[in-house]
Amino acid sequence: MATFGVIVFPGSNCDHDAYHAMKHVMNCEVKFLWHKDTDLTGIDFLIVPGGFSYGDYLRSGAIARFSPIMQEVVKFAEKGGPVMGICNGFQILLEASLIPGAMMHNHKLRFVCKNINMRCETTDSLFTSGLEKGQVFNIPVSHGEGNYFISDDGLKSLQDKDQVLFRYCDEVGNLTEEANFNGSIDNIAGITNDGRNVLGMMPHPERAMEKILGSEDGKPIFDSILNSLSIA
Amino acid sequence: MSQEPEVTLELALEHGLNEEEFEMIKTRLGRVPTFTELGVYSVMWSEHCSYKNSIIELKKLPRDGEHLLVEAGEENAGLVDIGDGLGCAFKIESHNHPSAVEPYQGAATGVGGIHRDIFTMGARPIASLNSLRFGSMDEPRVRFLLDGVVRGIGDYGNSFGVPVIAGEVYFDESYEGNPLVNAMSIGIVKAGETASAIAKGIGNPVIIVGASTGRDGIHGATFASEEISEESEAKRPSVQVGDPFTEKLLLEASLDALKTGAVVGMQDMGAAGIACSTSEMTAKGEQGMLVDLDKVPAREDGMTAYELLLSESQERMLIVSEKGREQEIIDIYEKWDLHGVVIGEVVDGDKVTYMKEGEVKAEIPAEHLVLGGGAPQYIRETKKPAYLEETQNFDTGSLDHPEDHIGTIKKLLNSPNIASKKWVHEQYDTTVRTNTVTPPGASDSGVIRIKGTKRGLVAKTDCNGRYVYLNPRRGGQIAVVESARNVVCSGGRPLAITNCLNFGNPYKPEVYWTFKEALKGMGDACKALNTPVTGGNVSFYNENPNAAIFPSPIIGMLGLIEDVENHTTTPDFKNDGDVVLYIGADRKGLGATEYLKVIHGLTMGDSPELDIEFEVKLQESLLAAIKARFITAAHDISDGGLAITLAEMAIHGGLGANINVGSFVGSEHEVLFSEAQSGVVITVAQSNLETTFAHFKGAGVPIINLGQVAGTKLNFEGIGELDVTEMKETYENVIPNAMEV
Repeated sequence: MATFGVIVFPGSNCDHDAYHAMKHVMNCEVKFLWHKDTDLTGIDFLIVPGGFSYGDYLRSGAIARFSPIMQEVVKFAEKGGPVMGICNGFQILLEASLIPGAMMHNHKLRFVCKNINMRCETTDSLFTSGLEKGQVFNIPVSHGEGNYFISDDGLKSLQDKDQVLFRYCDEVGNLTEEANFNGSIDNIAGITNDGRNVLGMMPHPERAMEKILGSEDGKPIFDSILNSLSIA
Repeated sequence: MSQEPEVTLELALEHGLNEEEFEMIKTRLGRVPTFTELGVYSVMWSEHCSYKNSIIELKKLPRDGEHLLVEAGEENAGLVDIGDGLGCAFKIESHNHPSAVEPYQGAATGVGGIHRDIFTMGARPIASLNSLRFGSMDEPRVRFLLDGVVRGIGDYGNSFGVPVIAGEVYFDESYEGNPLVNAMSIGIVKAGETASAIAKGIGNPVIIVGASTGRDGIHGATFASEEISEESEAKRPSVQVGDPFTEKLLLEASLDALKTGAVVGMQDMGAAGIACSTSEMTAKGEQGMLVDLDKVPAREDGMTAYELLLSESQERMLIVSEKGREQEIIDIYEKWDLHGVVIGEVVDGDKVTYMKEGEVKAEIPAEHLVLGGGAPQYIRETKKPAYLEETQNFDTGSLDHPEDHIGTIKKLLNSPNIASKKWVHEQYDTTVRTNTVTPPGASDSGVIRIKGTKRGLVAKTDCNGRYVYLNPRRGGQIAVVESARNVVCSGGRPLAITNCLNFGNPYKPEVYWTFKEALKGMGDACKALNTPVTGGNVSFYNENPNAAIFPSPIIGMLGLIEDVENHTTTPDFKNDGDVVLYIGADRKGLGATEYLKVIHGLTMGDSPELDIEFEVKLQESLLAAIKARFITAAHDISDGGLAITLAEMAIHGGLGANINVGSFVGSEHEVLFSEAQSGVVITVAQSNLETTFAHFKGAGVPIINLGQVAGTKLNFEGIGELDVTEMKETYENVIPNAMEV
């Protein structure tokens, strides 16, 4: 059985949510990893959770990338270790250059918390292999800086290499401008790196794991991950 | 060393003390206070800290109950037993004056302050609510304030990581220039693991933890104890600046520190900073405390004893630990990159002594300073306001009521008071911590599950200031019963309340009469519902340029859902064919309604009718029905009356209904738009109709069949119909359209 590691930065606030989702819903082994730790021994899958690391007063994730643990995260990822950054975690992975692009403030310059729809764009990744292409997921978002941006060349490269895993869509899967609530380029909600072992996504699948909370649409994503890990 | 100003009566008056209070200080001390002592007395005896004009009245509220784990007013917040070995700490507090001059920081630090009150008791905050009041939305200043307050609440709470689960936003000219920003926090703690705000054990070290101390917020408590005026703008430096990141660290470190068992007492620093926390903890422990102010980590050089004591820099706490174990505590705070510095110790005697540069700067018996102890307590003069004669005798029947009910409903849906507050709620994180079962907006109250148990908590803030203005006693009753009804409609049993009493200047006899009446009303209702008052906050001196604001005793009601998966109930129409039923009292009386305000521009009449005994019966029978699981939706009747309740159920469900209101007695205007209390609309499956009738009839609660959920139009037979999609569009765009110009 795979062991998951959830990194705790000062200011992380979805660390317990990720822990709960993996431990109590997915019944996995989970460990919290303090940001000053540097030992990732025994960890099979890393989650960089949401929150406001270091308060994010400068630019989201800009300080967290300098935490001691991040050097180890980079090494882990470079060796092919799977890493998932959710929300602030996505922002931190961008700042650490583990995935390409940058985050801007939501285009209406307001924090947005609501349930959105996102569409699976490719099944060619360990995160999405168990999903269906075109499958729509109803999942919460909660962020002020989720307006993903990348240069034209960078975008073309993401598209050509099939690195866009999730896009914002309407409830039946159309990629509309209205569905793209934060203004992200090309409706991008989640991408993977060149090596396809690092995922950054703004929506929070760990908040959509139980019927009582309104949506279980996050579960298939973690099922997919667990399945990939057990095969690998 | 700088020369301190000479302490004179004039200087005391400048500090907000009156002549009598200055004399009292001299007599008690047996000498003229030092400048530093004057500063300490002035903040501790400010209205904000001493409750001097309210404490006698507050003590008359029902404060006992089987579920209470601490007595009201004994600790920083109320603590209620919620079963499964858990306690729930909860409290509401105002940050009105800071928000009036600096909405963003004022609201943000209000959120920070109330969360600190909760985790200083050892409870982890798991949900928050807020209650906001502003002037008319037509005013650019109001839109500026709303924008700033919402951003402030959002940025602080989102970063701190606690979801907003419910709240309310009201607009009325009465709040012009003096918005109300009340924030509530709810936390969970294992029974027996709570912390107390006490300093005891001679020789035990006193540790300041968290942020360093700066010159911000000096005399914030005094500022909060006077009316907002043109000069208030100059007091912006009295507003503190919030840092949610540091607060988040402080939370985690403090909960870790409590786990060591080395903590004797813990108190957060809010109003009056070090002066207040040291003196309150000392008075409670009935010993003395010696504090060396040179040891306090300061943000800048040259801060005087006066400044260090009165600073309201945020994100600080005071801890008394067991002697010899202070390093354990300090290490934990340092792990979280926070200060932990020993600044003093518990000593023999009854005085708090503050040293600076080897000199005693202030030495005061702690008991002198604390509320309910030596701080002044006044009974103020009262006088029934003259306006009540005119407003209560106003005959709403004399008005020319429009016949176009559908047009009226549309106008009401366009009122910012009724319209959706989605624009506000979407700026708050409502789902962090993965407990939110019912987020703000759709439901009568917010519901969270408690992990590891079957239970859920349900909470609501409520108060209709217009009702209290037009009938203070009944308005106070309604604030309580309505919040309880909201809790019941969501499937919970009301347990206890916290309150935030927002009123005008207590030295105005009319204001004080209203205050006393409203409190009596709250007491009546709390007794009947068996929901004791666990604590809260009083905010006086809320005045618009012409008069006092609507008296606004905001109630924060806490309830418990026994089986959160099966009992949680929401207002939305769910199934085509479900039967729509009305349960409750007659729909009569148009006084104090939103209808009267929106259609006729009037704040007139008597507040809606209420029979408390009947209300209790209604709530008990509804909760029993919800537990028996035949209710598919429930929504209480409040602002806008029955018509708006039905419209909201349709909008949230995306389904229409065929409704016939012919079985009610009284005029159509009253049936549709009266805000008479004790009314709820429910839906049930056709198959449960007989059971439902039998249940409510058996309980002595009148029940009327209104029709059926059907289609996409809300059709009032013989009156007209409304398209649900169009209603939703109107309802959801009022506030965005006003704000996003």
